[in-house]
Amino acid sequence: MIRTTLRITLLVVLATATLAPPASTAASTATTTHPRASLTDIENDVMCVECRESLAVAQSGQADSERAYIRGLIAQGLTKKQIEQNLVAQYGEAVLGKPPASGLNLTVYILPPAILVAGLIILAVTLPRWRRRTRAASAQDASSTGSKPPLDPADAARLANDLAQFRG
Amino acid sequence: MRRFAIPAAATLIAAGLLALLVFGVAHQGNDNTSIDASVARGDFPPAPQANAALPLLGVQGTQSLAGLRGKVVVVNVFASWCEPCTAEAPILEREQQTLTRQDATVLGVTYQDNSSASEAFVRQQHITYPVIRDVSGSFVRSFGATGVPETFVINRQGRIVALRRYQLDGNWLEQTVRPLLAQSS
Repeated sequence: MIRTTLRITLLVVLATATLAPPASTAASTATTTHPRASLTDIENDVMCVECRESLAVAQSGQADSERAYIRGLIAQGLTKKQIEQNLVAQYGEAVLGKPPASGLNLTVYILPPAILVAGLIILAVTLPRWRRRTRAASAQDASSTGSKPPLDPADAARLANDLAQFRG
Repeated sequence: MRRFAIPAAATLIAAGLLALLVFGVAHQGNDNTSIDASVARGDFPPAPQANAALPLLGVQGTQSLAGLRGKVVVVNVFASWCEPCTAEAPILEREQQTLTRQDATVLGVTYQDNSSASEAFVRQQHITYPVIRDVSGSFVRSFGATGVPETFVINRQGRIVALRRYQLDGNWLEQTVRPLLAQSS
């Protein structure tokens, strides 16, 4: 009973740790109510919609045009969030590096932690079973070794004799 | 029965993920070969998303292909950052001067571009034909377009009769559009 409770507690702790946002993210969200937007920071989070790669590495006419547009928005004093909203209005959701958490896109956010939790559950169920089986098998081996019949007196005498001869 | 519960669950999850992958791959972009093949055969497919009303660039209001039914329409997909688009813009504008007198028009569609850059492009190129914005790209993709420039000629019955998936030239445009202008709707 105690073991089951411990296992459930462990699972809940692991699942919470998996699903909860990292402390650094939570802290940055709290401390960056009005973040100063920088081109480098935004480039890392948005895509070149024509070349379908991160704007940070994209080299094309469209990428240059998008960068110029972002520079203009930064010059207007917009925050990173406002700039990203503006980019979505101009280029569509395809401009975002991380897809919005809605519709089929939800699978991107739900599946990885779900698979991790499923893996942990499978481990929590199968590992104790496997350990029980291993223990039972070794106990059986030990008991079968201990129940071997003793040597009969003639063989025991012959063995003692041989050992004495061997020792000189 | 319990022995099979975990393998069955794992198999179900794996099958679900595989189905998701197949779905994703199947819906990745549109196959542009069907429109090209139909036009090449002379089947002339109806213009897709004819009822999609997209916002006009620089002015209030929307425009759809259905709203232009009965006219010959030259749909030109472009972006301000695209050099071939800059090269073909004067050709299209010249053609527009002829088309407007014959119940026909060029319809520009900006794609993968921001509105201020598109507006600047329209001013620089002295474009007078209507230009719509396809922000999501769904209208453009329904034509099988993946980049810029691409041009589609639609007859008075709303069917695609010719297309060009790269920079156009004046001869192609004239030879494609002139015969359609004589046709009645």
